[in-house]
Amino acid sequence: MTALTTAALATAARSADAVQHRGFLSPTGVEIVFLLVGLVTVGAAVLTVTTRQLVHAALWLVVALGGIAVEYLLLTAEFIAWVQVLIYVGSVVVLLLFGLMLTRAPIGRSPDTDSGNRPVALAVALATAATLVWVVVDAFRTTWIDLDQAVQGSTEVTGAALFSSWVLPFEALSVLLLAALVGAIVLSRRTGDEDPGAPASGAPASGDGATPGPEGTR
Amino acid sequence: MHLAYPAVLSALLFAIGVYGLLARRNAILVLMSVELMLNAVNLNLVAFDVWLSTTLRDTLHGGQALTLFTIALAAAEIGIGLAIVLLVYRNRGSSDVDRLRDTAETEADDDAEARAAEAALAADEARVATPYDSPAEKAEAAR
Repeated sequence: MTALTTAALATAARSADAVQHRGFLSPTGVEIVFLLVGLVTVGAAVLTVTTRQLVHAALWLVVALGGIAVEYLLLTAEFIAWVQVLIYVGSVVVLLLFGLMLTRAPIGRSPDTDSGNRPVALAVALATAATLVWVVVDAFRTTWIDLDQAVQGSTEVTGAALFSSWVLPFEALSVLLLAALVGAIVLSRRTGDEDPGAPASGAPASGDGATPGPEGTR
Repeated sequence: MHLAYPAVLSALLFAIGVYGLLARRNAILVLMSVELMLNAVNLNLVAFDVWLSTTLRDTLHGGQALTLFTIALAAAEIGIGLAIVLLVYRNRGSSDVDRLRDTAETEADDDAEARAAEAALAADEARVATPYDSPAEKAEAAR
């Protein structure tokens, strides 16, 4: 028991020593790259939520999501990084761009992309950022990720964990994806097309894809 | 690498997503902000998973599995969300979240509701005061 305790104390002292050597003023190369890519990511995210051109917002979102993929690579989670590139940059942003086109988003600046509650939103966001950053820095100031060990996020490691411990959630998730697919088809199907003999002046609740009103050209 | 770097980055991204969610007017831009917030959470999950795997020899990799699940959920969410936005646009001719105020309570609604409630209350009181509508009913009840 005493031997164990002394060993634990020695380990703690050694890790404390190691922690003290790792200050924030002498960053490693990985940290410098992480900081630079993080700056680009935050800048792109800010532009995404503030730009007045709707299509540019989607393109800045590509930059932000790609920056996050690079951060995953720096954290040695390569499989997640490539899934991020494939699904987010590859499909989600394309879906968003299609949505912008189908709702006739204007090309160029649009005057009213922001609603009237911008000051309130800014205050809430600043309060959130201050609280979260303060708590996180206070809690994990001395915590160190040792990235020089065996890679923890390669396809082999992630696949082994996913298909040994997480098989049941994985299958449940595939059912959920199927349900989402069916739901999206049901939602976006035009019910008026199946019944061409229906009277043109039907109930407005049928949602038969009537041409948008004059205000829809915005 | 200090764990504080990815944690602070994800906190900042989350705050930016909150700002966009509250300040944007177009529904698709609101969805973009939601994507930013989801990505902030994913970055946190991956960073803490790598930290736990390297320090505690955790082989479960729950963080990475949950990240993959979150990415799939985000894909499903964006599909359904865009379908709903397109449906709203087709029916209303606009995808401004500020204009979708059908279920909002205005002051006129409140006044009308208050008047209706007062009228119903008055009717109830009148009914309690004269519980029987006709002498015949009264006689029947007395029997």
